[in-house]
Amino acid sequence: MQWRELRRGRALRRQNTENAYIQNHYGDDVTAAHFVLSNGGGARFKDQSHWVRAGKNAMAGLLPYLDDPKSRPVVAIDLSGSSLTCTGLENLVWLKHLEFLDLSACPHLDDWALTRLHPLGETLCHLSLARCPRITERGLACLHLLPNLLHLDVSELPAVAQQGLMCILLEDMLPNCQILGLKEAPPPPLAGSQSQPGVGSH
Amino acid sequence: MGWNSLEQLAISFPLADLQKSLTNFQSQLKENITTLFDNPFFDEKRPPVQAEVVIVGGGVMGWSVAYWLKALEPRKNALRVLVVERDPTYSRASTVLSVGGIRQQFSLPENIQMSRYSAYFLRTVNEHLGVMNEPPIDIQFNPSGYLFLATEERAAMLEENVNIQRAEGAEVILLSPTQLKKKFPWLNTDGVALASYGLEDEGWFDPWSLLTAFRRKAISMGVHHCCGEVTSFTMAFCNSVTPVGEELMVSRIKYACIQMPDSLEYHEVACALVVNAAGAWSRKLAEIAEVETSSSKTKKIFKLPVEPKKRYVYVWHSPDGPGLNCPILIDTSGAYFRREGLGSNYLGGMSPTKDEEPDIQDLEVDHEFFQEKVWPKLAHRVPAFESLKVKGSWAGYYDYNTYDQNAVLSVHPVVMNMVIVTGRFWRGTLSDFPTGLKPTLKMEPWPRQEDHIAPARD
Repeated sequence: MQWRELRRGRALRRQNTENAYIQNHYGDDVTAAHFVLSNGGGARFKDQSHWVRAGKNAMAGLLPYLDDPKSRPVVAIDLSGSSLTCTGLENLVWLKHLEFLDLSACPHLDDWALTRLHPLGETLCHLSLARCPRITERGLACLHLLPNLLHLDVSELPAVAQQGLMCILLEDMLPNCQILGLKEAPPPPLAGSQSQPGVGSH
Repeated sequence: MGWNSLEQLAISFPLADLQKSLTNFQSQLKENITTLFDNPFFDEKRPPVQAEVVIVGGGVMGWSVAYWLKALEPRKNALRVLVVERDPTYSRASTVLSVGGIRQQFSLPENIQMSRYSAYFLRTVNEHLGVMNEPPIDIQFNPSGYLFLATEERAAMLEENVNIQRAEGAEVILLSPTQLKKKFPWLNTDGVALASYGLEDEGWFDPWSLLTAFRRKAISMGVHHCCGEVTSFTMAFCNSVTPVGEELMVSRIKYACIQMPDSLEYHEVACALVVNAAGAWSRKLAEIAEVETSSSKTKKIFKLPVEPKKRYVYVWHSPDGPGLNCPILIDTSGAYFRREGLGSNYLGGMSPTKDEEPDIQDLEVDHEFFQEKVWPKLAHRVPAFESLKVKGSWAGYYDYNTYDQNAVLSVHPVVMNMVIVTGRFWRGTLSDFPTGLKPTLKMEPWPRQEDHIAPARD
């Protein structure tokens, strides 16, 4: 039914809106942390080794950080498996100290969203896009806007065609970065071995 | 009739030929069944006798007008919309022959806003144009950005334009030659004083998939379409006076006469509004209406300042060319190129100078133009292009607005019910199709858009 699709779309948009109140009162870092916690992810602040994840109330977990938001910026965000969209990324990209971003297995993240990551170009060192079903090789081409990347995880991207070639091109584009995933596909089985019965229409 | 012939066939031929006669019978039956349905209720080939809006031109502009009309109509089925397209193979249509770029780097705030809306529309294209039970739309967007290079003389203008773009919310940065070299090591920054690079919502996509998406959605919302050519209008005239006191003849189109393809058959469709979305041929169509309207008393002939211009696009293969981080590069000389796919293929071209304008009679490609004019400029800018091999080429028409190269999106000054939606060329940039039409079709006076149609004073 079409109204179900509309409702789902509306819920997705609501989850990804920007919270202007928190931004005006507490700044970018707390806004990003609140957004991440309310979407089921985790955030790590500077000089800390533990991840802050949502308890019963997203803001309760953040209370210790509200006193002096500027002294403890967010350095790592884990949003794997969340329903993050292109608009939702607007909450995160204005962070000045973000080094680690895990966006693996986000079903709504597509090529348009990857263009939004450019403000993080100076600080971002680790990015994971593994298992995102909508990311294609066209979106991966705009990752050259993140020149300080050291570690890029692009494993198991089903929509990327020509994975071996993409791996070589990405390594050329980001020479200092270690690319995980996108290695050559396993060689096809030999002619003598038994073939799988009735798989697809090939 | 079918069963009798089967019996006859079975009796007259031996059994060995039964297979052949059965197939024969099947094809005869099929023929007869289609004639059963050949009546006005089922025949989409003939246009309806009356349609509130007749859109002439089935490219992306025409179909997006049809979609927005249906999306914004006040009640369900309030408007009957008919799209008339002369060539269903789209062999000469600008939409499918274009390079398919979208950018926000314009100098007019209105163009920037329209383009930003287009980017939003394309981002959420499945929400707008998705049809139940059909596969999701994939326009194959490459978000690689546009890179404009400027010499010393034009650097100030480029900077001013970038400021306007940033004020409107576009993410564009300025790059010096050293920064350019660092970002794009394959580029030769000789003669470049400044460059502007679009970071978000700029790149290229597949215009054909967008056109089919608009078509599919509009038809699912009840838009009629027919294949034919609008050859004449039946109009009603009235004498009126302009605010300065001159006498003027104004007119309204009452009927649009559509000629069916390959036949003498024609249909008159009663219409309230005619939308001229004919692209490169919009002037010809407007002339059909204008010629009848021009009055000998006023000696004023209103001409739509849109002309078709032929442009070439060449595809080449260059093994050492730029890799993944290759934007659509517009050189200081006007030559442009972009990457095509992952296999070191590129496509590009250049706008010829006024003296070199090619003849618009056909779509034949001039290969000498590439060898002599385009290649040297590209090879100077990208040294890797010194060795390249041309793989193919094509030509397409631009609907070029000779007045100020902006879109013409307004009502015709004397033909009161012809809305003109054309003039959008920019190397095949399709940045404006949804927005430009959204406000027009609320049938209100356009709040912000300047009226680009100027009467040509002969």
